[in-house]
Amino acid sequence: MPTFEYAPAPESRAVVDLQSSYGLFINGEFVDGGGTSFKSISPATEEVLAEVSEATDADIDKAVAAARSAYTRVWSRMSGADRGKYLYRIARILQERAREFAVLETLDNGKPIKESRDVDVPIAAAHFFYHAGWADKLEYASLGTNPRPHGVVGQIIPWNFPLLMLAWKIAPALATGNTVVLKPAETTPLTALLFAEVCQQAELPPGVVNIVTGSGPTGQAIVDHPGIDKIAFTGSTGVGKMIARSIAGTRKKATLELGGKAANIVFDDAPIDQAVEGIVNGIFFNQGHVCCAGSRLLVQESIADEFDRRLKRRLGTLRVGDPLDKNTDVGAINSRAQLDRIVALTDVGEGEGAVRWDSGCALPTKGFWFRPTIFTGVSQTHRIAQEEIFGPVLSVLTFRTPQEAVAKANNTPYGLSAGIWTEKGSRILWMADQLKAGVVWANTFNQFDPTSPFGGYKESGYGREGGRHGLEAYVKTGA
Amino acid sequence: MNTPATDVDSTLDATARARDLVGVSRLTNSALTGWLHGLPGVDQVGCEARAAGLGTRSIKTTSKAWAIDLAISMIDLTTLEGADTRGRVRGLAAKALLPDPSDLSTPRPAAVCVYGDMVTTAKEVLGDSGVKVAAVATAFPSGRASMAVKLADTQDAVRAGADEIDMVIDRGAFLSGDYLTVFHQIAEVKKACVRADGSAARLKVIMETGELVTYDNVRRASWLSMLAGGDFIKTSTGKIQPAATLPVTLIMLEAVRDWRDLTGTMVGVKPAGGIKTSKDAIKFLVTVHEIAGEDWLDNHWFRFGASSLLNDLLLQRQRMTTGAYSGANYIADDSPSTAY
Repeated sequence: MPTFEYAPAPESRAVVDLQSSYGLFINGEFVDGGGTSFKSISPATEEVLAEVSEATDADIDKAVAAARSAYTRVWSRMSGADRGKYLYRIARILQERAREFAVLETLDNGKPIKESRDVDVPIAAAHFFYHAGWADKLEYASLGTNPRPHGVVGQIIPWNFPLLMLAWKIAPALATGNTVVLKPAETTPLTALLFAEVCQQAELPPGVVNIVTGSGPTGQAIVDHPGIDKIAFTGSTGVGKMIARSIAGTRKKATLELGGKAANIVFDDAPIDQAVEGIVNGIFFNQGHVCCAGSRLLVQESIADEFDRRLKRRLGTLRVGDPLDKNTDVGAINSRAQLDRIVALTDVGEGEGAVRWDSGCALPTKGFWFRPTIFTGVSQTHRIAQEEIFGPVLSVLTFRTPQEAVAKANNTPYGLSAGIWTEKGSRILWMADQLKAGVVWANTFNQFDPTSPFGGYKESGYGREGGRHGLEAYVKTGA
Repeated sequence: MNTPATDVDSTLDATARARDLVGVSRLTNSALTGWLHGLPGVDQVGCEARAAGLGTRSIKTTSKAWAIDLAISMIDLTTLEGADTRGRVRGLAAKALLPDPSDLSTPRPAAVCVYGDMVTTAKEVLGDSGVKVAAVATAFPSGRASMAVKLADTQDAVRAGADEIDMVIDRGAFLSGDYLTVFHQIAEVKKACVRADGSAARLKVIMETGELVTYDNVRRASWLSMLAGGDFIKTSTGKIQPAATLPVTLIMLEAVRDWRDLTGTMVGVKPAGGIKTSKDAIKFLVTVHEIAGEDWLDNHWFRFGASSLLNDLLLQRQRMTTGAYSGANYIADDSPSTAY
C-alpha cells in the first residue's frame, strides 16, 4: 500500500531579521531597560531567539511620562481623521510585512505557521483597518454624548496570540485618542517589539505607543502607576482578580478578558462531520491556548459513542510537529511552565477516573510538546471539567435534554464562549438565550472578526473588545 | 495496485441488500426517503471551510513527485464530444499508452473514457495494455430517455468491450423525491453491466452534483447510488457547471468512508470536469488521503475524469525531472483538448 508522506515544507526564517537583544520602546525609540535582561526562546526547539530587557519601575515612569506627554501635546489634539490615517498606515504595513510577522510569531510562540499566517496576522491587520474607520466617527457610534479618551492606557497582553492581542488593545485605544503603555507576555515579546518598528515606520508620533517588556512585577508596576487612567488586561482569571483588587478605590477604569471553560454542545441532529471539525478546531486550534477554547464537549448521549469514534479518527490525522512546517496542524506548547501545568491537570484527570486517550503520534525530542488528548467519562465534579487547562485537552461529557445541556454548560464560574451544533434553528436561538456566555457560536467555533464584540460573563471578565461595544471601554462620555 | 477483492459482487441482489440495510421487509419510496433523510445534514459553511483547509496543504519535492505520478495513473482520459471521430479517439488512446514519449517511466492513465460507439475504436488501440475503456451510457449526459433505451445503451457498450460504464442518474426523479426510481434504474443498469461470461463492467454512477445543488442532496445521492450497487460514485458529466468541486468530492469521500464502516465494502470516487491543473489534482489527493484514507489512494478506487489535466501533470513531471519548465510544445498531444 502506498503512503502519502508529506515532505517537509518549512517556511523560510530568512524573512525575519532577529537582533540578539532588544531594549524597551519608549517615546518612539528603543532604549535600554534598567532591569536584568531575560531570554525569549522558541518553545519548539528551546533555541534562544533574543535577549529582552526587563522594565523597572523607573522605566515604567518614563514610558507613562512619554505617553502622557504624547497624549496632551499631540494625540488628543489631533483630529479623528488624522488619527485614522496613522491607523490605516499601520494596517497596511502589517499586511506588507505579514510574512515576517507570521514567521516571528511562530518562532516565538510555537503556533503553526498556517495559523499565524492565516489567522493571527490578517486579523491583527483587520483590527487596525476597522478601528481606523471609527477614528473620525466616534460622535456617531452611539457611545453617549461627547465621547473622549481616558488618557494613558496601560495594556497587558497574554502569550497565546501575542500580535493579535496587541492589535485588539492598541487599535481601539489609538482610534479613540488614548495613548498606550503596553506590556507583552514575557515568553512572547518579539512580535510586539517588531510592531514597535512598524510604529517608527508609520511615523507615529513618539510616545503614542510605548512597549515595555518584563514579567509579573512589570505588569504590576503598570497597574499601580498613578499616571495610568485605564487598564486593559487579557490573561488568567487569577491575575485579573489581582488587578481588580489593585485598582479598587482608584479612579482607574478596567476591562478584563480572562479565562474560560467553554462548552461545545453537540445535539443528535447536528451536521456531524462539521461538528467533529468544530470540536477539533475548538480545542486543538493554537494548542488549546485559547481563552474561549471549547474545552468541554457536551454531546447528546444518543450519539456519544458514534461521535467519540469519529472524533478519535479525526485526531489521528492531526499533524503535530515543527510549527514552521506549512502542514503542521498543532504546534508546541508555549512554555515549560505551561506544559507542566497541562501535565499536572491531565494526571489529575486520570486520577479522578476519567478515561484518557491520545493518538500516540510521534513528538519532537526537543522543545515543549503535548499530544492532543481526549478525556471521556468526565463528570462535572472532575477538576478537568472545572479548571481551565489551557492546552490541547478535551473533556467529554454527555447530556440527555436541551435543558440539561444548558444547565451543565452554565455550571462553571466562567462564561466566555459556547458552541451549539444542531440543524434546528429555533433550538439555536433558545440555547443562545439561555447560555451565560459572552460569545455563542452556532454550527461553527473560534470565529473572530473586528466588527464583533468579544468578552465574558462571570469570572471570564468584563468589558468587550471589538465592534462598536469595544469602543465604549476606551471613551468617557457626558458633560 | 488493484485490490478488487472488496469490489461489489456482480451478482449482488441490490434490493435484498437494501431491504436489509434500511431495515424493512419491502423497499418503498417512503422507506428510502426515511433512510436517506436520516443521514446527518451537511453544514455548507463548515464543509467548504474544511475543503479550503485541505487545499492549503503544501505538497513539495518527493511527495509532489509521488502525487503527480499517482494522479496520472488515476486519470480517465476523456473525450465526449459530438465531433469525436475515430481518428481523435485513436489519438487519445495512443496518448494513454504513451503519455510522454520523452520519458518512458511516465505512468499510464487508468482508462480512456468515450461514448459507446467509440468503444471498439479505443479497444483496438488499447488492447490488453491494462488501460481500461470506459463508456458513458444511459442517454448521457441528460439521462432523459426510456429505461429500455438506457439499458440498450449500456448493453451495447458492454458488448463492444467496455471495461467500465459511466451512467447518469435521473436527476429529475431524484429532485422530485422519487428515490425508488433512481434506485431501480441504477440496479437495472448494474445488471446490464454483466457480460455473457458472468464477469461485469464496473459501474460508475454520475450524480451530476451541479444539478443537485445542495450538499445534503450530494450526500443522499451518494448513499442511494452505493445502496443500489454502484462501484463508483462520480460527480459530473462535465457538461454542467459547477462540475467537480473539492467540497462536493469531500462529501462523497465521507460517504464512501462511512459506507465501508457500515457494510465492509469499498466504493470508488470519481470527480470529473473542471480539474485542470496539477495543483488542483494534488488538493483532491490530499482530501482523499485525509478524509477517506490511504486505501483510496489507488486508481481502482479513485479516478479523475479529465482531459487537459494530463498535460499539466506531464508538464509538472518534466519540470521535476529536469528542473526547468518546458512548455506546451514539449508535451506530445495527438488530440489537443478543445472542450472542458
